[in-house]
Amino acid sequence: MKKQSKSIIAAAVLIGLLIPSTMTACGFENTGTGSLGWFFDVIVQLSAGMWASLELFFLTLIFSMPLGLLVCFMRRSRIKIVGIIATIYISIMRGTPLMLQLLVVYFGPYFLFKTPLSTEYRFYAAIIGFSLNYAAYFAEIYRSGIQSVPQGQYEAAKVLGYTHSQTFMKIIFPQMIRNILPAVTNEIITLVKDTSLAFAIAFVEMFTLAKQISAADSNIMPLFVAGLFYYIFNAVVSSTMRIIENKLDYTKR
Amino acid sequence: MKLLEINNIKKSFGDLEVLKDISVSVEEGEVVSILGPSGSGKSTLLRCATMLETMDAGTLSYCGEEAVRDVDGRSVYASKHDIKRIMNYFGLVFQNFNLFPHYTVMKNVTDAPIHTQKRDKAEVEQEAKALLDQMGIGDKLDYYPCQLSGGQQQRVAIARALAMNPKILFFDEPTSALDPELTSEILKVLRLLASEKMTMVIVTHEIEFARNVSDRVVFMDDGYIVEQGRPEDVIDNPENERVKAFLNKLSK
Ligand SMILES: Nc1ncnc2c1ncn2[C@@H]1O[C@H](COP(=O)(O)OP(=O)(O)OP(=O)(O)O)[C@@H](O)[C@H]1O
Ligand SMILES: [Mg+2]
Repeated sequence: MKKQSKSIIAAAVLIGLLIPSTMTACGFENTGTGSLGWFFDVIVQLSAGMWASLELFFLTLIFSMPLGLLVCFMRRSRIKIVGIIATIYISIMRGTPLMLQLLVVYFGPYFLFKTPLSTEYRFYAAIIGFSLNYAAYFAEIYRSGIQSVPQGQYEAAKVLGYTHSQTFMKIIFPQMIRNILPAVTNEIITLVKDTSLAFAIAFVEMFTLAKQISAADSNIMPLFVAGLFYYIFNAVVSSTMRIIENKLDYTKR
Repeated sequence: MKLLEINNIKKSFGDLEVLKDISVSVEEGEVVSILGPSGSGKSTLLRCATMLETMDAGTLSYCGEEAVRDVDGRSVYASKHDIKRIMNYFGLVFQNFNLFPHYTVMKNVTDAPIHTQKRDKAEVEQEAKALLDQMGIGDKLDYYPCQLSGGQQQRVAIARALAMNPKILFFDEPTSALDPELTSEILKVLRLLASEKMTMVIVTHEIEFARNVSDRVVFMDDGYIVEQGRPEDVIDNPENERVKAFLNKLSK
């Protein structure tokens, strides 16, 4: 685990050193497009986008994970209509492109109520769109997690006098979390990359910026830097999740 | 005093009539073994008695308190509040233990008394330690279930049930998931409990054990009790043909 994060950092540093030095080695000037100064300038420009991507990422997680639990409960509800609504919601969210959903959330109010499109709303629309979409995926992950807890756990809890809510909170939920962690990790890694889809509503995140700079300077390097950013971000996410998985794994203690 | 009284219980799953008409009662301090071929409804009877299944007809009471009464031939359950209280009279030990895998041995045993019976934590922990010591796993308090052998897990499960201070303890084939050499350690624990006059109802395929430990043997077949009585009568001199056939097959 420690080894892993060390080697990731080493790789990152290596790549960071390698790119500029190979560039100079290949005869790039020290000023202007392709120079070292230009390269750092690109990074500074991109960092605003990095920040936007990170914000989108964390806010989406914060909203979609609890929302997913709610959708999961609705789906398992004994009230039939509630279950049907949740099922339809999940199937639409998973069955249509995220990009389309973003467009609907962003332009929907404008077409329906003629409310003006603001830059501010662009940000909210991105968060709302992502959260709604990811909630559906998380709901399904939670559902499989709950189903993976054997019936005998409910029965043991019942005989020991646990109430329904105690049974869920103390017995089922912790086991469910452990069982779904690998699936959640997958989903989070996908989210890191999916944040780039926010360009669909002209939300300026990392990837949008990289593309702009790349086009303006006619150099592909900014896109590589963006790629590196996603890669490192995901490496951090994976190793964090692995640490959490190990912490929660009561079969390995 | 009758700790458990079941009268004319009936239970079907869809079209399958599993319990046809069963009445049985258990006195305080009695050890009752339930024998019978696979599919005869032994587990279903235990699950109805412990309210993991709802029965279709018949009555059920513990210590004279009615959990299920009969209204026009249908079972009617007492209020949630009453059921919750009555559930404290009994415990159940499962064939596959059903320990909570994310809790340590100690927490498996103490969590329910503390959080569902609202008993004092220090007192419960002290009792739990004594119980686990008695079960021979006093040195495994901080282990997780996956780190224990099947026999040890089942002993934790028994301690967990006992920590609730039940008046009567049900066992559904407590040794069936265990290797033969681990079976004996569980049977030893059951013998110990019997010697302490713990009231127990044990579904088992261990004929020798049933003969040695139980005060009464109940033989079930096809949803009925076909014979019951002292073990030396039922096991050594059965009257019913099906009991004879079953025991013959086992002794071969
Ligand atoms: N939840 C259920 N749904 C449908 N059928 C069931 C259910 N539980 C039990 N049965 C059926 O009821 C019958 C009796 O089952 P039960 O488990 O009570 O038998 P048993 O005497 O405990 O057998 P064994 O010795 O194999 O444990 C079987 O035919 C079984 O398939
Ligand atoms: Mg059974």
